[in-house]
Amino acid sequence: MLLSPVAMHIPDGFLSTLVSLVLWAATAIVVGYALKRVSKDLGERQVPLMGVLAAAIFAGQMLNFSVAGGTSGHLMGAALATILLGPWAAILVLTTVVGVQALIFQDGGLLAMGANIFNMAIVGVAVSYTVYRSVQKLSGGRKWGVFTGGFAAAWLSIFIAALGVALQLAASGVSPANIAIPAMGGIHALIGIGEGLITLGALAFLYATRRDLLHIGEPAPARGGLVWAAGLLIALLLAVASPLASVFPDGLEWVAGEQGFLEAAKSPLYQVIPDYVFPGISNTTLATIIAGIVGALIVFGVALTVAYLRRNRQTTG
Amino acid sequence: MHIHFLDPYRPRVSPIHQLDPRVKLSLTLVFILTAALSPIGAWPVYILLFSLALSIVLLSALGVGYVLKRASLAFPFVLAALPVIFTIPGAALVSLPVGAWRLTATAPGVERFVSVALKSWLSVQMAIVLAASTPFPDLLLAMRALRIPRLLVALFALMWRYLFVLADEALRLIRARAARSGQSDLPGMRSGGSVAWRGRVAGGMAGNLFLRAFERSDRIYMAMVSRGYDGEIRSLPLPAIGQSSWLTLAGGLAILGLILGLGLIF
Repeated sequence: MLLSPVAMHIPDGFLSTLVSLVLWAATAIVVGYALKRVSKDLGERQVPLMGVLAAAIFAGQMLNFSVAGGTSGHLMGAALATILLGPWAAILVLTTVVGVQALIFQDGGLLAMGANIFNMAIVGVAVSYTVYRSVQKLSGGRKWGVFTGGFAAAWLSIFIAALGVALQLAASGVSPANIAIPAMGGIHALIGIGEGLITLGALAFLYATRRDLLHIGEPAPARGGLVWAAGLLIALLLAVASPLASVFPDGLEWVAGEQGFLEAAKSPLYQVIPDYVFPGISNTTLATIIAGIVGALIVFGVALTVAYLRRNRQTTG
Repeated sequence: MHIHFLDPYRPRVSPIHQLDPRVKLSLTLVFILTAALSPIGAWPVYILLFSLALSIVLLSALGVGYVLKRASLAFPFVLAALPVIFTIPGAALVSLPVGAWRLTATAPGVERFVSVALKSWLSVQMAIVLAASTPFPDLLLAMRALRIPRLLVALFALMWRYLFVLADEALRLIRARAARSGQSDLPGMRSGGSVAWRGRVAGGMAGNLFLRAFERSDRIYMAMVSRGYDGEIRSLPLPAIGQSSWLTLAGGLAILGLILGLGLIF
């Protein structure tokens, strides 16, 4: 779909409740802190700027270019937003983008929104900031630093965020670590090149037209060191943990297994029709089919009653 | 061409449309939480949730076809859960030879995959009904009622207001590129240069879009200042929730609680 450029918006139903809630809590803390920082450090001018830039990132995700064989490169925008706005405002802008995508376009779930904001707004921005800032420092504010840093930040932010998604899916027990991590990592190592090229083109354009927007050689924003360290830590953790988890999936499987165990402990309580077969019918295949038919009848009975009642009320009222 | 077709809100006269947005948002979240909490393979719970979802879709007068069509758009992600069919140990169902390997689908694997797909499908239906039956400003009000920070809600509101303007800009940029780089429908006729070149063009468009957004936000800021903006985000107090809305909320919570708790009785 036009609105879903990067396979990174996790829908509801894929993450276990525990993983969803833990990531919601982490997201709430970081976004809450970012809100405090932004209200304190930035002027009132920044509020419309952040809102309009969020819309621009959303619209920018529609821009694509063909790569090869029907695939195309797209923009997620975490690196570009970080370079233009600084880390704290970028976190808020991307949180807004992810939130609107989930609420309006069902691109990503609502319970999974915490995880999606965590991957795209927090991991994406922190990693971008660390890479871009480090390359800037190394280059001493020269032109190549802007471009190399921008490309590397864009590529790594996509790659690391994808590893995060794969780890979360593996920890929820819906995708085995030794398949999910290489697959997500491999696909997004390629998608990241598209992101990097677009970010590079955008930076080249802005460098030529409005160099002041790129804040070259300006001092780090408030608490920039904190973001830098966080980005480094996240990148290292995910880059080291993911190959480990895919080679030795025991750790993640232990997490998933614990949750599976909890589910198994609960599940006998859920069997309205024991073992999905009716007691007293010895042929299991037949009984399963009957159970299925009874279930379908319940569904359509309830739905048709509701529709019928509603129609009646409309004709009488 | 304008991009207003992006707005998923469909005005209808239905009890779901008339429901207080705060109640609607809360119940949607609780529905999705209920689906998430129901364990793998809890088919009776899924059936009850599905009948609830189908009833709500029918009540909303949005059309079952519309909701199901939109729900299928969220489906490709299911691929991510596909390997689970073959990796969870258990009784073998089918064994497929793939090259040098044999892929063996196991019963618990299939059970888990189908459960995840069903949960996801049910949840996305409710999210679609929420978005299609509630105008966005009402959703903003509901977000404020759920104690989402004011600045964040203001950002949501601003983004929504300029989303269509900027999406129109992006469409114009895309059309200009198509006109200039001689796009052709013929197979084998590729427009433009190398991948890097195409990436740079798309990047230039993104930079252009950002620059326009910067300049637009300057004008918006001026307009806001001239209308009395002083850096403080103010909003009207929330209207009171009616008694019938409270009843709906209590009823909805009771039904969902009952569905979750049903297994305990049996």
